[in-house]
Amino acid sequence: MRFGVVRFPGSCDETDALLACRRYADAEILWHGDRDLHGVDAVVVPGGFSYGDYLRVGAIARFSPVMEAVGELAASGGHVLGICNGFQVLCEAGLLPGALLPNAGRRFLCRQVDVEVVRADSPFTRMAAPGQILSIPVKHTTGRYYAPGEVLESMNAHGQIILRYAEGHNPNGSVGDVAGVSNEAGNVMGLMPHPEHAVDALTGSEDGGVIFESLAQVADASDETGIRAGLVDDAA
Amino acid sequence: MRASPHRELGLTDGEYELILQKLGRDPNGLELAVFSLMWSEHCAYKHSKKLLGRLPTEGPHLLMGPGENAGAVDIGDGMAIAFKVESHNHPSAVEPFQGAATGVGGILRDVFAVGARPIAVLDSLRFGELDSPRSLYLLDGAVSGIGHYGNSIGVPTVGGEVYFEAAYEQNCLVNAMCLGIARHERLTSSAAAGVGNLLVLMGARTGRDGIGGASVLASAELDSEDESKRPTVQIGDPFEEKRVMEACLELLDRGTLASLQDLGAAGLSSSSSEMASKGEVGLDIDVSAVPVREDDMEPFEIMISESQERMLAVVEPDRLAELEEVCERWEVGSSVIGSVTDTRRLRVLDGAELVGDMPVEALVDDCPLYDLEPAAPEAQIYPAPEAVLESEDPALILPALLGSPNLASRRPLFEQYDSLVQSRTVRRPEQADAAVLQLYPGQAAATEEERSPSTGPGSPGIAVAIDGNGRRVACDPYTGTVEAVLECAANLACVGAEPLGLTNCLNFGNPEKPHVAWQLERSVAGMADALTELGVPVVGGNVSLYNESGGGPIYPTPVVGMVGAVPDTALAPGYGFAREGDAVALVAARGAKVSARGSELAKLAGEELPLGLTPIDVGAVREVIELVREGARSGALASAHDVAEGGLAVALAECAVAGGIGAIVGWDGDEDPVQLFGEGAGRFVVSGRTEAIEALGPLATRIGTVGGAALSIGPVDWEVAQLRGASEALAAAFA
Repeated sequence: MRFGVVRFPGSCDETDALLACRRYADAEILWHGDRDLHGVDAVVVPGGFSYGDYLRVGAIARFSPVMEAVGELAASGGHVLGICNGFQVLCEAGLLPGALLPNAGRRFLCRQVDVEVVRADSPFTRMAAPGQILSIPVKHTTGRYYAPGEVLESMNAHGQIILRYAEGHNPNGSVGDVAGVSNEAGNVMGLMPHPEHAVDALTGSEDGGVIFESLAQVADASDETGIRAGLVDDAA
Repeated sequence: MRASPHRELGLTDGEYELILQKLGRDPNGLELAVFSLMWSEHCAYKHSKKLLGRLPTEGPHLLMGPGENAGAVDIGDGMAIAFKVESHNHPSAVEPFQGAATGVGGILRDVFAVGARPIAVLDSLRFGELDSPRSLYLLDGAVSGIGHYGNSIGVPTVGGEVYFEAAYEQNCLVNAMCLGIARHERLTSSAAAGVGNLLVLMGARTGRDGIGGASVLASAELDSEDESKRPTVQIGDPFEEKRVMEACLELLDRGTLASLQDLGAAGLSSSSSEMASKGEVGLDIDVSAVPVREDDMEPFEIMISESQERMLAVVEPDRLAELEEVCERWEVGSSVIGSVTDTRRLRVLDGAELVGDMPVEALVDDCPLYDLEPAAPEAQIYPAPEAVLESEDPALILPALLGSPNLASRRPLFEQYDSLVQSRTVRRPEQADAAVLQLYPGQAAATEEERSPSTGPGSPGIAVAIDGNGRRVACDPYTGTVEAVLECAANLACVGAEPLGLTNCLNFGNPEKPHVAWQLERSVAGMADALTELGVPVVGGNVSLYNESGGGPIYPTPVVGMVGAVPDTALAPGYGFAREGDAVALVAARGAKVSARGSELAKLAGEELPLGLTPIDVGAVREVIELVREGARSGALASAHDVAEGGLAVALAECAVAGGIGAIVGWDGDEDPVQLFGEGAGRFVVSGRTEAIEALGPLATRIGTVGGAALSIGPVDWEVAQLRGASEALAAAFA
């Protein structure tokens, strides 16, 4: 099992994501200008300020060559995880529903928050328990999740709300306390909290490791079965 | 030309005469502009250089001392930490967001210029009282600007400090410190080397921003016409700097560059002449090869522009292609703008035309150095602060102090900073007295990709803190500065760190005024004596003078940043009480004294600043610092906190609030608030198992027990929740 972590000009958390992935599997950096994903099993689009956040967060990165390949991987059922700026990029690219708006507080906010696992049967959370509370930091200016009412209803109906901020922990005014969502097929997920900054008790929390561990195991399992995508229930 | 353009540019008649001698002719406009910047206070340290020679600059861990872009110390396993603090005070007073942002950008460049990857930023800020709308505006802008730059470039801001005093109302202080990591062999000098090698300008295009910044902004008092100076403040672009940084670090990893230097104050003029001076060579620069933002820029403008995000490299001709390949991949501009010569002259060409020709030595080394004429004032020169609370009742004083701007929780500020990126932060802001970063050997891998994940407990690292209480220094420049150094060392001790080196930023008023000269002279003497006693060298720093305006000088504010080694970061105690039933002890230096003179208690009551603080026995404080350090690094202590502003009661309250657990502290009923709130160096509040506390020996006195939801000191109780509420006073400023 091998992760690829995308590096855009202006990515900041790609090394952190790389180190987090390497706790559970092999991992390598994917250069933004390179259309070739080097055969990785899953892609992490990391946090940071791709292209300086110019124009609009994530708006330029989605046009990079590597994102074309990531889009193709997602379409073929491969696993893609977007963290913070990566989440914003995936929304801009249309791989995930909704959008990220400026925080209700209008400022950059770096804070450890509690996040509740809503779906413990997704490829990204299968090693967690339903309702489990994960202590993971957020750090962003533009993290207020928004989707129109009917889109949210549909997402709820399809089990696409994977993570919510625990009660009293919504740091940015996200609608319905949404912290992480998947696409309808379940193979693409984005979240604003930074699980890669929560993989070691020494640096504050190891709760975020469950995301990388889940993904590593799913990819390993799908290597064996030849099934590359979908919720675990479907794959099983 | 006017009759005496040199005066307009800030040069004295005597200095101008000297320039005529050095050149053997009249300087042209470009040469005069370059000289005026190179001989400005900012570049030449002409009023402080003689004093700075008194500071100790030798130490067993020192790898690179003052004179390079940043100093560096050895942290073992072949790794080095490069670090430096620098001011961006005047630009921040004019435009706080960009001023502070480019302050961070500048100090980051200083660190990666020596080949170190920046791993942490700290800030030290001073503003007027918070009831002033201008101070609020400056605070908000500076904090946003620091966050904007640090967050965007992916370097965590792990610590800092801020004070609010009326003396900073017109002249805020924005000091930024950066630390970087490098393998020893990658540390790079800025000395230009190799006659015939090429000079390459990398990064952003050159515009008219910041022209005259060094001489007009940094070396003259601000007056009421700040608005007219707005165009001289530089605009920062962290996205550009991120790419420049990655390109430079990759080039240094590959060994492509012969030397590297950042462009800061005075732009190309100072970076090129300093590189040439250190390398004992000459440089030819063709300004027509410099990519510019505006077509009609004059040669002198190109030479002195302070456009941000630019670096100057020296490269052997046959490695230029390699440089260009790396820059292209990172989307960083690079242009050959000149070459290294053996002339020892800085020659400026505009195409084929020679437009300036100056001896490097004259630019860098020949600026006259001035003796200060210090005179102690007969009375305190600073007015008394406004009284906030007139009460002798400890029950009221403690919440009032916790909610006062100088002591309240900094959470609304540091939550605007990414303190986590790079995955090294073991102790975050307001968790411990110093920031703690893990730096196991795999961390200094040649490239970021080669870093290995942490091995968990047992991971070594470093701690870093930044300190400097200007009001204490205003009361007594010598003793106040000794206190600042000792407090920084005490903060490191609380997380078990042994100091390796110190960087300083000396923020003072106009040194040509005798009482400011006295403050500066006494302050440097105090710093030198304290550092000599502690055995800690200065690795580099910065001087910011002329911080005064119509309202008089700022409080003299030496800011010190100290880096120390932590053998096992997992053992580093926080300052919050940790366990029900732990013993609480006051650990105090032999003969430690407390006094209300110059304290936060005195400020609350609106008392005059005294002239003179109680002298400190530095040796005795060193002994107690070492005791606490050993207790902290051995894992014996569950919490450790330096007793500083607000005295013992505030320290206890901070331990309770941070830990979310109270304590019962015995008190003999002495009603004198000075015993509870008085200040003085060399005291700590620690907690731990009874045996561990007893093992500390006679300097530790058990004063209580951790537990419950309230802090009780003798007959007075405060709910921890009440104390927390009081400490959250700054939130209102950011609502």
